[in-house]
Amino acid sequence: MTDQTQQTATVTQPRPRTRSSGGILGLTKKDFGLLVLVAILTIFAPVILNPFPAGSAMAQFNAGYPDLMQRFVIFGIFAIGFNILFGLTGYLSFGHAAFLGVGSYAGIWSMKLLTLNVIPAILVSVIVAGLFSLIVGFISLRRSGIYFSILTLAFAMMSYALAYSVLTPITGGETGLQLRASDPRIFGGELMPGMTPRATLFGMQMQDSTDLRFGAWTFTLNTGYYIAGIVLLVAFYLSIRIFRSPFGMMLRAVKSNQNRLNYTGLSPKPYTLAAFVISGMYAGLAGGLLVAMDTQVGAERMFWTASGEVVLMTILGGAGTLIGPILGAGFIKYFENIVSTINKSTLESWFAFMPDGLQDAFVAVIYPFVGKGWHLTLGLLFMLVVIFLPGGLVQGGSKLATVFRRDRKGGGVEDDAAAQRQAREE
Amino acid sequence: MGILEVRDVGKRFGGLQALSDVNLSIAENSVHAIIGPNGAGKSTLLNCLVGKLIPDTGSVSFEGQSVLGRKPHEINQMGISRVFQTPEIFGDLTVMENMMIPCLARRDGSFSLHGYRSLMADREIVDRAEHMLEDMNMSNKREMHAASMSRGDKRRLEIGMCLAQEPRLLLLDEPTAGMARADTNNTIDLLKEIKAKRNITIAIIEHDMHVVFSLAERITVLAQGKPLVEDTPENIKGHPKVREAYLGESSGH
Ligand SMILES: Nc1ncnc2c1ncn2[C@@H]1O[C@H](COP(=O)(O)OP(=O)(O)OP(=O)(O)O)[C@@H](O)[C@H]1O
Ligand SMILES: [Mg+2]
Repeated sequence: MTDQTQQTATVTQPRPRTRSSGGILGLTKKDFGLLVLVAILTIFAPVILNPFPAGSAMAQFNAGYPDLMQRFVIFGIFAIGFNILFGLTGYLSFGHAAFLGVGSYAGIWSMKLLTLNVIPAILVSVIVAGLFSLIVGFISLRRSGIYFSILTLAFAMMSYALAYSVLTPITGGETGLQLRASDPRIFGGELMPGMTPRATLFGMQMQDSTDLRFGAWTFTLNTGYYIAGIVLLVAFYLSIRIFRSPFGMMLRAVKSNQNRLNYTGLSPKPYTLAAFVISGMYAGLAGGLLVAMDTQVGAERMFWTASGEVVLMTILGGAGTLIGPILGAGFIKYFENIVSTINKSTLESWFAFMPDGLQDAFVAVIYPFVGKGWHLTLGLLFMLVVIFLPGGLVQGGSKLATVFRRDRKGGGVEDDAAAQRQAREE
Repeated sequence: MGILEVRDVGKRFGGLQALSDVNLSIAENSVHAIIGPNGAGKSTLLNCLVGKLIPDTGSVSFEGQSVLGRKPHEINQMGISRVFQTPEIFGDLTVMENMMIPCLARRDGSFSLHGYRSLMADREIVDRAEHMLEDMNMSNKREMHAASMSRGDKRRLEIGMCLAQEPRLLLLDEPTAGMARADTNNTIDLLKEIKAKRNITIAIIEHDMHVVFSLAERITVLAQGKPLVEDTPENIKGHPKVREAYLGESSGH
């Protein structure tokens, strides 16, 4: 019978049981390895991202400066949270930037009214974004599929419009909000008129940096970056816990078959709502960290393109995988900030070794893809990934790993989610 | 009073009267078969019992409590589990995970926010799910993605998932359709074994008369949305009305 043949063809190799109940920090070896990997990348990012000596022609590609590294980490957190909703339940929200924006506004008000310490600011951001996402989620989750996406998009656009105009007294409208010496802070610490207020953590200032010099190389170690990095590690750890928990499995069950879930005595709605609120709180956390780093916020943070960007990050890295969203966030932020700064004269200097005519031709061909055209490159890359690696960069990584390690037995958990995604697309 | 009482249930789809005046009483701890030609309304009747459809008329009560107006998951939590005509399982999840979900539903109820616990460290759930898989003879498939299994295996998994909930009433909609003969016999044995081991009432829709006569203690014949006769298997076999309504219809299965 066809059933029979199908069955023998698809029997996978039995995998070693992962039943170690304790593990380190309650994680399996593999998951702990992933956490350590992210920790190492975070700690050494200032070095890893600055491989080219300052002043060299390639220094253009160095990404190890505080502002950009903070963005890597913060948008990594944003995407990790988004992945808990989209990667696990399959509900595609097009409005998550609204929660990030609301978190930012809440955070800056905490710094204006309460204290310049970033911890209360971040907590307030998370709580306010969580409450807002509870309302938006409760209404949007009445529908699923494309209607859900449209509802979240509508909410985000409304939030943007409100922040941009109607709520100007709270949001600063077009100009946004900045910290001022004149802010009526309760736990102020006296600021002289004219002094700029700075976000602090028990005396440490976010923009404090130390430069390490090794010959021609300079590495910048920044306080704000490392504080955000610690938050990233905690956020990542919690997301692993969620992925490996009964709750996480229920979220995957929601994506797989809501009908069966219902007839197994489980109600999908509270699960999706909880996932929505959790991802909203992650977005709020990212928003809070953003204001903690640059002490300003504007409505453009909630614009729909910002919501689309986190979708791209998650899919590019690998939806439903643990580390994928972090990779995707890093990838996109790198393009946005590095490829966009390459201009015509940079290109000309790269191809200066060529004969004139050829140089002009090369510059003419490449120029549309860099500088302001970085979106074009990103779009092409995104298409390539979605077509050839539906499991995202994580799938690409695991394919490479298979090439190098022939003796692999079974797949890793990460590869599974990525491979599964591929299977579904086909 | 039976464990399940269906009174005067009617259901209409547009111009089609799918069910009319259905009365059915299923005795506790019995195996009750519902047979009838294709399109007789058997699945529709089950849909009315589990909250998938709301009947236009009549009442349905389980253990003396009305199920009408309750949500499917609430009805399930009352003690009714259902196996669907086309297997409904979590295709993206592994067989083991599929089995853990009903175990969790039984222990933790319809919603629980255990986002920080390790699933695999939950001995009670892991052991129970493994035990169920052994009972279903599926331990060797525990890490397979459920979607990649054969239809027969999917259905066995679904039956196992329903049994893991320890329902008091189990509804089976053609549980052996698409199964190889050997698997069909295994399923019959499994159901007999379960029946012998614990208190459970089973309502089974089936075209395969071998299955029906191996298991059923009472049989209701449904034709064109109406119960034709209800009797013991022996009497049904020779019933002229049944032969008339049924012969030639079920030969395909
Ligand atoms: N949701 C629905 N909407 C409209 N018509 C329906 C719906 N569900 C069932 N029907 C119709 O009701 C009638 C009874 O269908 P039902 O599925 O209950 O039959 P059945 O006895 O289970 O048949 P089978 O043995 O083929 O499974 C059929 O004519 C079917 O087309
Ligand atoms: Mg049917």
